[in-house]
Amino acid sequence: MALDRWIALILLLICMAYAYTAFFTMDASLAPFMRNTPIWPSTFPKVLSVMAMIACVIILLGFEESLSGPKDGDIDYRRLTDYKLGQAVILLGLMVAYALLLRPFGFLGSTFGFIIAGSMILGERRLHILIPVALIAAGSIWYLVQEVLGIFLRPLPFFMGV
Amino acid sequence: MLEGLMIGLETAFSVKNILMVIGGCLIGTFIGMLPGLGPMSIIAIMIPVAISIGDASAALILLAGVYYGAIFGGSTSSILINAPGVASTVATSFDGYPLARQGKAGKALTVAAISSFIGGTVGAILLMIFAPALASVALLFHSAEYFALMVVGLSAIAAFAGSGQIGKAILMTVLGLMLATVGEGALFNMPRFTMGLMDLQSGLGFITLAMAMFALPEAIYLVLDPSRSNTESGNNEIKDLRITKAEARSIAPVVGRQSIQGFLIGVLPGAGATIASFLGYAVERNIASKEDQEQFGKGSLKGLAAPESANNAACTGSFVPLLTLGIPGSGTTAILLGALIALNVSPGPRLMIDEPQIFWAVIISMYLGNLILLVLNLPLIPYIAKILAVPRTFLIPFILFFTLMGAYIGQNNATELLILVGLGVCATILRFADYPLAPLLIGFILGPMLENNFSRSMQLYDGVSFIYERPMTMGLLIFAAILILLPSYRARRARLRAEGVADGD
Repeated sequence: MALDRWIALILLLICMAYAYTAFFTMDASLAPFMRNTPIWPSTFPKVLSVMAMIACVIILLGFEESLSGPKDGDIDYRRLTDYKLGQAVILLGLMVAYALLLRPFGFLGSTFGFIIAGSMILGERRLHILIPVALIAAGSIWYLVQEVLGIFLRPLPFFMGV
Repeated sequence: MLEGLMIGLETAFSVKNILMVIGGCLIGTFIGMLPGLGPMSIIAIMIPVAISIGDASAALILLAGVYYGAIFGGSTSSILINAPGVASTVATSFDGYPLARQGKAGKALTVAAISSFIGGTVGAILLMIFAPALASVALLFHSAEYFALMVVGLSAIAAFAGSGQIGKAILMTVLGLMLATVGEGALFNMPRFTMGLMDLQSGLGFITLAMAMFALPEAIYLVLDPSRSNTESGNNEIKDLRITKAEARSIAPVVGRQSIQGFLIGVLPGAGATIASFLGYAVERNIASKEDQEQFGKGSLKGLAAPESANNAACTGSFVPLLTLGIPGSGTTAILLGALIALNVSPGPRLMIDEPQIFWAVIISMYLGNLILLVLNLPLIPYIAKILAVPRTFLIPFILFFTLMGAYIGQNNATELLILVGLGVCATILRFADYPLAPLLIGFILGPMLENNFSRSMQLYDGVSFIYERPMTMGLLIFAAILILLPSYRARRARLRAEGVADGD
């Protein structure tokens, strides 16, 4: 079974869970006076869930032309290991780490670390260029966002004040 | 109309507003060149600046300038490094990048600049002529028609984006609508599908979803396949800026057709510049002669001019539903709508009557913006190329960082970043399997409006009778059904014929 049909199967399961909530559990908490109105909070989700399940089944049963092969210049998921999969996974991990550390470590430190680590994962070794670039980028963007645009970004780690 | 035009000229040609257009175009072009930062994120970042200006027309002029600049900047990175920073310039890279690889980057950028200019200008003229008419038609629209109109918009995008796989496009659209139901809606004061998580109470962040659907998969693709970002190969030399007379003659009809078609698609709510550019490319490819058709995808000037003029005309066109109906035609205009409301301007049929200076000043500033972009782009082409020659080891971390920042600045919530990474991975897998991602995002944007109008009509008519009691609603819904059914019927017939089953019919 091609990847697109596997995805359709997974989406079908998600839609069934969504439909179950819409049809059976959501209306339990509805206020009594709202039961007389023609539209309930679950009305629209009910319609959507049915439509989505029909679309999933259409793809799953192959009524449509299925995925043939990768288009020119596109990535072929069947040969994913031929690509730089490791780098991509580590970079995604780095993004998760950035998300978790942004608050406790402060914007400046996390951003500096993120850019340095990201470049080094991709094979950059010229630290004499990398460090100033990361410093300038982190500093200038913090200044732009916090000082010019006025959106609060905690600059320093949590144990150093603000 | 003339009176309004004079008010517009007076407002747009004040020194302050001219500076706003120039500033907006410059900011948009330079940030738009960075792959990963599309007009949506740039406008979102510029909103606080625009609001602090205070004057609604100046703010809107600034944001419109940023919008054009970003679309224009996006084409530059599509052509030079095949990294479309904006979904609407993806089609530009089909032929722009091969041209750049052949050493014709200068010619490609010039064609892009001129086609964009013509597309934008034609769009502005059509906007001036048709917007008042559309605004008067808009007054006839009730919530039932709005609902039907949005269904038409969603069907149109599903039909165009699907390219033979309409089931997938419909599934993505419905999925987007389903994502939009997460959180607390305006009409019902109860949280839905939050799974008890506080972070989902206010729903998913729109910018987070936009970043996860477009920027992050593109960045992951760049990491996976280093040959996609050949920035260090000396292909970025810019020479041969001029286009010959014969070339100009061959692309002129293409630009003309696509300016009008792009504008009309841009006017459709839910379509926007991305669809306009893809459709423009597809149409021109279909009607080209056999020899020209061979060239498409290998560096055809027609293939470059078509999406460029179409997307700029559509950007202008998408202002029609925004300014006259209050319906955003694309994700970007949805953000603009948010900005307008923050500035205490309510877009809709009354805008032209109540605040003509805003309406007309924006239209006039469109001409001005297009002119400035042309003047800006032509002499800057050699320098622009140099900025983009950043090695990928620096470029990719910055794309990822800007993606994260875009999502974080909007919400100031670190959980949003985790959602972004999760959705980004899902989007990449969907892209592997050839599921179109644009319908999902448009579905998400139009979802709340669709549901609100649906609910309002249901309440007014005490049920679904509004569908057959209002002829316009019925007509629009039938049109939507045709849009969906016709391409899938055709695709099925073509398949059967290929298998030899439907021979002789």
